[in-house]
Amino acid sequence: MDKVLPFFVAIPIFSAIFMLLIGKWEKKIFPRIWSIITTATLVFLISLIWEKGTIIHVMGGWRPPYGIIMIKDHLSLLMLIIVNVVAFLSIIYSYSYITKYEDYLRFFSLFMLMLAGMNGVVLSGDIFNLFVFLEIASLASYALVGYGVGAEELEASFKYLILGAFASLLILFGIGIIYSVTGSVNMADIARFLINNSGNKAVLMATGLFLFGFGLKAGLVPFHAWLPDAHSSAPAPISAMLSGVLIKVLGIYALMRVFYHVIGVSELILNIFLVIGSLSMVVGALMGFGQDDIKRLFAFSSISQMGYVMVGIGLGTPLGIIGALFHLLNHAGFKSLMFLSSGAIEDETGTRSLSELGGLRQKMPVTSASSVVGALSISGVPPFNGFWSKLIILIAALKVGNIWVSVIIVLTAFFTLSYYLRFQKNAIFGDIGKKVEGAREVPIPMVVPLVLLAIICLLVGIFNHSIISNIIIPAQETLLDRSGYILSVLGNL
Amino acid sequence: MDKHTGMTLIVKMITQVMIGFLLVFGAYIVLYGHITPGGGFPGGVMIALAYILLTLAYGRKVVESKISGVAASIVDDLGALLFWLVGIIGLYIGGRYFYNFLGKGEPFNIFSAGTIIISNIGITLKVGMSLYAIFLALAILQRVVTEEEPKEEGE
Repeated sequence: MDKVLPFFVAIPIFSAIFMLLIGKWEKKIFPRIWSIITTATLVFLISLIWEKGTIIHVMGGWRPPYGIIMIKDHLSLLMLIIVNVVAFLSIIYSYSYITKYEDYLRFFSLFMLMLAGMNGVVLSGDIFNLFVFLEIASLASYALVGYGVGAEELEASFKYLILGAFASLLILFGIGIIYSVTGSVNMADIARFLINNSGNKAVLMATGLFLFGFGLKAGLVPFHAWLPDAHSSAPAPISAMLSGVLIKVLGIYALMRVFYHVIGVSELILNIFLVIGSLSMVVGALMGFGQDDIKRLFAFSSISQMGYVMVGIGLGTPLGIIGALFHLLNHAGFKSLMFLSSGAIEDETGTRSLSELGGLRQKMPVTSASSVVGALSISGVPPFNGFWSKLIILIAALKVGNIWVSVIIVLTAFFTLSYYLRFQKNAIFGDIGKKVEGAREVPIPMVVPLVLLAIICLLVGIFNHSIISNIIIPAQETLLDRSGYILSVLGNL
Repeated sequence: MDKHTGMTLIVKMITQVMIGFLLVFGAYIVLYGHITPGGGFPGGVMIALAYILLTLAYGRKVVESKISGVAASIVDDLGALLFWLVGIIGLYIGGRYFYNFLGKGEPFNIFSAGTIIISNIGITLKVGMSLYAIFLALAILQRVVTEEEPKEEGE
C-alpha cells in the first residue's frame, strides 16, 4: 500500500506538465476538466490509505536514514484530507470562476504545482525535501497571487515574494545548521541524534530561524505583513487555497512537525507559541474591525484564527492539541467557504466593499445562506463546528490554569462574532445596495462547492465527537509521540 | 544575413566558432554527469547559454527560425515528462519511486549508470529549454518597452 504515497506528488506534477503540453492545442475546456479529474483522483487515493496506520515509502529503495522517505501517519492523513478536499472544491469552483481571466492554462498548471508542493510537504520524512516542496508550493503561490496582473495584485505578489523568499532563506539556513550539527537530513534521524546529544547552542539558533521562517509562512503576528494583501488580491479559489490550506501546511504543520518531532519542544518554545498565538488572535481581530474590503476582513480573520491554533499547540497538553488540530480542520472548511463566497459576491456585484454591498439575501439566496453558515461557524456559534474547537481550546487553557490566555480567547471570540455580524448586516441582510441590484445567483459549478462546504461545516459541528475520536485524537497522539515517530521510521537501527 | 539585426561582424564570427564548442561541452557535462562533476542542470544551462549567445549575436529572429518559443516550451515539457517517467517506471518495476530499473552499471563505462543518465537528459531538456524560453520572454518585454518609449515622449 506504500506505493500510493508517491502518487500524491506525482499525479499533480504530471497534470501540471501534461496540461501545458496539451494546452498548446486545447486551451479552454481541457485544463478545467483535467484538473477536476486530477483532484478527484487524489481525494479517491486518500480513501485507499485511510485506515492503514503509518505507511512509509522508501524512495528508490535507499533505506533511511540514507535515502529519502515519504511517511504517512495520522497527522499527515489529517492534513492530506484538508489539502485535497479543499483543492477539489476550489477546482470545481474555478470551472466557472476562471472565465473572467484570459489564460486558463497557467492557472490550473500552477494550481497543480502548488497542490503537489503541499502534498509533498505533508508526506515528506526528510527535512530538506520538506523545504524543496515548500518552495514549489510557495513559488506557485507567488505567481497565482499576481494572476490578475493589475497594479494591486502585482504589488501584493511582489511583497509576498520578497517576504516569502526571505523566510525560505532562513528555513534553509536553519536546515543547514541542523545538518552541520547532526549530519543528517532525515527528520527521525535528526530527532534521535538530538535526544542523545542535547544542549547544543547551534540548535537553538536553528530553532529561532525555523520559528521565523515557518511563522512567516503561517502569517502569524509579527510576521503577517504579506497576508492581508496576498489573500485579498489573489483570485478567489486561490485565496481559499492560501487561507484554507497553504498557511496551515507550510506554516502550522511544518512548525508542529519540526518542533514536536524533530527538535523537540521545551518550555521556552511552548511559551513563544503561546505569546505569538495570543498576539495573532488579538491583532488579527482588532485589525479585522476596521476593514471595509470583505476579503481583507477575512484575511485578518485568518491571522486571528491561526492564533487560536498556535495557542492550542502552545498549551502543549493533549486537550490543547486536540483543540488546535480540530480548529485547523474547521478553519479550512469555513475560511475557504468564506473566500469562495466572497469571490461569488465580487463576480456578481463587481465590488468587495462592505459599504457598497447589502441585501444579497434577496438576489443571491444560496451564496448568502452558505456564507451566513460560514460566518456563524467562524464566530463560534453552536452547533456549527467553530464553536466546538474554540470551546476545547478554551477548556484546555483553563485546565492549564492560564487565565490570561483564556481571557484573550473569549475576548477574541467576541470580537470575531462582532465583525462577522457586521459583514452579515452590511452585505447579506439590510437594504439592497446600489451595485447589488443587477446581481444574480452564480453558476452551478460555483454554487456546488459553497453548499458542500456549508454542509461540511454543519455536519462536522453536529458529529464533532466521532470526527474528534476518529481523526483528531490519532493525529494528536502521533504528534505527541516523538519516540514513536523515530521508531516507525528507523525501526531498531 | 540581415546586417541590421544583432551585433557587429566580429561578435558574429566569434559566436560561430564558439557555438559548437559550447554545445559539445554542454553535452559532455550531461553525458559524463554520473562519473565527473556536472549533470543535467549545469549541462542544460550551458546548452541554454549557447542559444542565448546566438540570440545576442544574431538577433531574435534568426534563432527563433531554428527553435521557436513554442517548440522550446514543448521540449521543456517533454523533458520534465521524461524525468517523471523515470520515477514512475521505477515504481512500476521495482515498487519504489525512482527505483533504478536499469541495473547498477560497471566502473569506467560511460553508459552504465542505470537511470541516472536518462534523468540527466530529462533535466537537461527541461532546464536548457526553460532558460531559453525565459530569455525569449524577457526579450519580448524589452522590445515592447523600447517601442512604447517614443510615444510617451510625444504625448
